[in-house]
Amino acid sequence: MTDLQDLYQELILDHNKRPRNFGTIDHPDCRAQGFNPLCGDRVDIFLMLEGGVIRDVRFEGKGCAISTASASIMTDAVKGKTIEQARALFEQFHDLLTVSSDDPIDAEALGKLAAFSGVRQYPARVKCATLAWHTLNAALKNHDQPISTE
Amino acid sequence: MNSAPGAITMPHHSSNAGAFDAERVRGDFPILREKVNGRPLVYLDNAATSQKPRAVLDAMQHYYAADNANIHRGVHTLSVRATDAYEGARVKVQQFLGAQRPEEIVFVRSATEAVNLVANTWGRANLKPGDEVLITVMEHHSNIVPWQMICEQTGAVLRVAPINDDGELLLDEFETLLKPGKTRIVSAAHVSNALGTINPVREMVRLAHQGGAIIMLDGAQAAPHMAVDVRALGCDFYIVSGHKMYGPTGIGALYGRYDLLNAMPPYQGGGDMILSVTFEKTTYNCVPYKFEAGTPNIAGTIGLGAAVDYLRSIGISTIAAWEHELLDYGTRALRDIPGVRLIGTAKDKAAVLSFLVGDIHPHDVGTILDQQGIAIRTGHHCAQPVMDRFGVAATARASFAFYNTKQEIDALAAGIRKAIEVFGT
Repeated sequence: MTDLQDLYQELILDHNKRPRNFGTIDHPDCRAQGFNPLCGDRVDIFLMLEGGVIRDVRFEGKGCAISTASASIMTDAVKGKTIEQARALFEQFHDLLTVSSDDPIDAEALGKLAAFSGVRQYPARVKCATLAWHTLNAALKNHDQPISTE
Repeated sequence: MNSAPGAITMPHHSSNAGAFDAERVRGDFPILREKVNGRPLVYLDNAATSQKPRAVLDAMQHYYAADNANIHRGVHTLSVRATDAYEGARVKVQQFLGAQRPEEIVFVRSATEAVNLVANTWGRANLKPGDEVLITVMEHHSNIVPWQMICEQTGAVLRVAPINDDGELLLDEFETLLKPGKTRIVSAAHVSNALGTINPVREMVRLAHQGGAIIMLDGAQAAPHMAVDVRALGCDFYIVSGHKMYGPTGIGALYGRYDLLNAMPPYQGGGDMILSVTFEKTTYNCVPYKFEAGTPNIAGTIGLGAAVDYLRSIGISTIAAWEHELLDYGTRALRDIPGVRLIGTAKDKAAVLSFLVGDIHPHDVGTILDQQGIAIRTGHHCAQPVMDRFGVAATARASFAFYNTKQEIDALAAGIRKAIEVFGT
């Protein structure tokens, strides 16, 4: 049995309880809506861009602790980053969730995102952690279509 | 297995015992000995699918090991045995549901397919622009979407009967929505999968017929848990799902009144549903075969027949009584936990507890319970409109079967308290 504390780390519980950058942006440069049809979770991402840099990012939605904390920590992590840097970070984050638990993780590159390392023990919850990121990606592509994790 | 062809080893249970011995029937279900995350499995997701007794597994194994052949073909011995076992299952389901004739039972691959069959055949033949189809707000997506699709194709209009805050159908509103000459069919759950509400189906049938409509009842959540008699109910169609009544997946049954089925066009075309085929003209087979195109799920049908035998060996009234006791015990256990809110508090309820734990998302509750070996369902239960009605995106749902025990409910309550501890709410 894996320890529940591996999944529900303090940082995740904190961001779930007090999500950062929660809310909308009135006239965003781009936005996207993401759904997880499995559980009915929904997230809206709003972005302000300036010369290829994410100047502001906010999110709104309803989801479990993993998906809410992931959206919250993501918004903190990508703010001020270039679009390319944000995409690279998603790739690293995705690897973190899907590689074998024996593989070492690059905690320095991931920063607070490393708190999600426990999710890889819970395959049913990986989609919860990636929903906000998939939605961010869709917003960056400026898709108006809702996206889904399925 | 050395039994005669088609025979099934059947455990014998006393159906008139005062106190039901759940521990004893647990021995009939191999999976209940499993450990999950190091703990004994506590399986409380029976509304999603029930576990299978040895008798069902043996019946299917026996078919493949000793009788396997295609049905309704050939004169060879195995084909005759397979046909007898398949048609024997039809009679078992007919008797279980109280239908008048075996031909009134159509085998389908799921309850979902049964709704689609009726929507597509009866619906296409009978619905005109401006006609109305009446469902309720507590329907499973499988009893919403097929009607939306057929309404879009025929120009009929879908109407939805509302419920109160306890999750009970508002019968007055239901009656108002039934418009004579306009409402052609009512399709409603006998028991709600998300709330556990048992609908007042006798009254609904009476009202539907009074208004000149026919009525289909989705019994996927009812037939495994309470006595169903389609003739006493007077409904026109009734649907059951094999895997929710201790049978295998991939099999369900549609009961339809003979004259209705007889008047309906076929569903799918293919083998077994025809009497003769030429390139100029095909003559369709009779009821029920005209709805059973292609080689059916023979093993699954035989498994469903064995499940019916098993249910009858325990006794459906014994099952209903024990599950009611579990529901009472579980309701009290969950109400004792501060912060737990029950969704679905109808007076007449099946053993389903849909709930929220403070502001903890149901998925998080589900993961924490799973770590303790407890399986529940979390999410919208394929019933998003009813979730919207209660203003929630999802709930946690514990649903009981007769093999569940009060100790398992104690484990559930302890698990919920653990979730509260982890989240510090």
